[in-house]
Amino acid sequence: MLLIPCPWCGPRDETEFHYGGAAHVAYPPDPAALSDEEWGRYLFVRANPEGAFAERWSHADGCRRWFNAVRDTRTYEIRAVYRAGEPRPVLP
Amino acid sequence: MSPEVLWRNPEPRRAYDVVVVGGGGHGLATAYYLARNHGITDVAVLERGWLGGGNMARNTTIIRSNYLWEASAGIYEHALRLWEGLEDDLGYDVDFSQRGVLNLAHSLSDVREGVRRVHANRLAGIDAEWLDPAQAHEVCPILNVSPDLRHPVLGATYQPRAGIAKHDYVAWGYAHGADALGVDLVQDCPVTAVTVRAGAVTGVDTPRGAIAAHRVVLCAAGHTSVLAGTVGLDLPLQSHPLQALVSELLEPVHPTVVMSNAVHVYVSQAHKGELVMGAGVDAYNGYGRRGSFHVIEAQMAAALELFPVFARAHVLRTWGGIVDVSPDASPIVGPAGPDGLYLNCGWGTGGFKATPGIGWCLADTVAHERPHPLVAPFGPDRFTTGALIDEHGAAAVAH
Repeated sequence: MLLIPCPWCGPRDETEFHYGGAAHVAYPPDPAALSDEEWGRYLFVRANPEGAFAERWSHADGCRRWFNAVRDTRTYEIRAVYRAGEPRPVLP
Repeated sequence: MSPEVLWRNPEPRRAYDVVVVGGGGHGLATAYYLARNHGITDVAVLERGWLGGGNMARNTTIIRSNYLWEASAGIYEHALRLWEGLEDDLGYDVDFSQRGVLNLAHSLSDVREGVRRVHANRLAGIDAEWLDPAQAHEVCPILNVSPDLRHPVLGATYQPRAGIAKHDYVAWGYAHGADALGVDLVQDCPVTAVTVRAGAVTGVDTPRGAIAAHRVVLCAAGHTSVLAGTVGLDLPLQSHPLQALVSELLEPVHPTVVMSNAVHVYVSQAHKGELVMGAGVDAYNGYGRRGSFHVIEAQMAAALELFPVFARAHVLRTWGGIVDVSPDASPIVGPAGPDGLYLNCGWGTGGFKATPGIGWCLADTVAHERPHPLVAPFGPDRFTTGALIDEHGAAAVAH
């Protein structure tokens, strides 16, 4: 089980959290202007890296707030957590 | 009588007509049918580990074709019919056992979905029955159908022709067959990139040197996104850990296969006697071939409620594989990106059962350089057209 450091509550068990998939996926500013292909990409295509991945978590059984994490998808090590709206931190 | 070796262990040549990336069930079956059905034998299967050591070694070996939509019924039923003749075809025993599958319903919406699926299956020519709890109990006497359960069994779909097979034997049978027809099976040969010039595939890069080919077929399951990324192709896939486990060897107690989407468990008993159980994927993306323990715990809790007789069994071993999940729980198959590149991915949690069918259809697709009719609906363009093949009901948790 992952031990996830909630930015507000500190480290808690994974079972308290809900996963939200890729972070930093912005809603298109003008959806009607998109082609079918662009809209399909927005709906369905997400980054799927083997390595550092910026993702969303919600502390569903705790403070109920959403936040972002950078986690390594090979080792599952959580490299950083940061609050929603903050930019992805630059990691070494 | 067994041959002394099942396949050669050749050094890769510098060029092939077709390179198949991934020596799992799908890759081996594709190579076999390329050679046997189409006479294309200048083929290499490049495997980064050992043959059949990825998801082929990690799945729960369930075979069935009771999917909802016609497109799915087409490919999975084609696979099931090939399974029914596979041992004769390969001349190799794969322990295929048609012991049936029960898909349990635990709520009114499960019941409606299940009954609908039974009707859809019968219209598609697939054997399917709707069983009430007493009938389900008759098929599987150790199944707890008491109304007192937290999630009582309200009924079940039943496909008698479904079953299990011995996954290793399937991989070895295809490997032996392909090798005998002249295909090079190259192990310990990871593909690090697909190479492209002027919009067409030119081959692959490996630590053992570049290998030229004008047709490259990706059968890399959970690592497909990484490989497709080397030619700038972004796919609607997310890679997740999927865990499974076995008990110690037990006397035969479980005569069929039981799956439950609602309580997240599927169970059969392997030929040797171990109970084989799988669950849903871990929620997070991962390439680590392991998942979180609480997923196993929840799966065991569900299994114990449905099968109280398992209470004294012990978990012998748990493991994880990396599955590539698509947005509509259906595979993504066909030409994509640069000329000469063929995708076979997105099978998520359910690729094993499709092994003969997708090998057959993908070989035909590559040989004729156009999608076989049974895989045409599964092209990547459906995520632009919106013609999705939503199999979440039949596949989402327990594929």
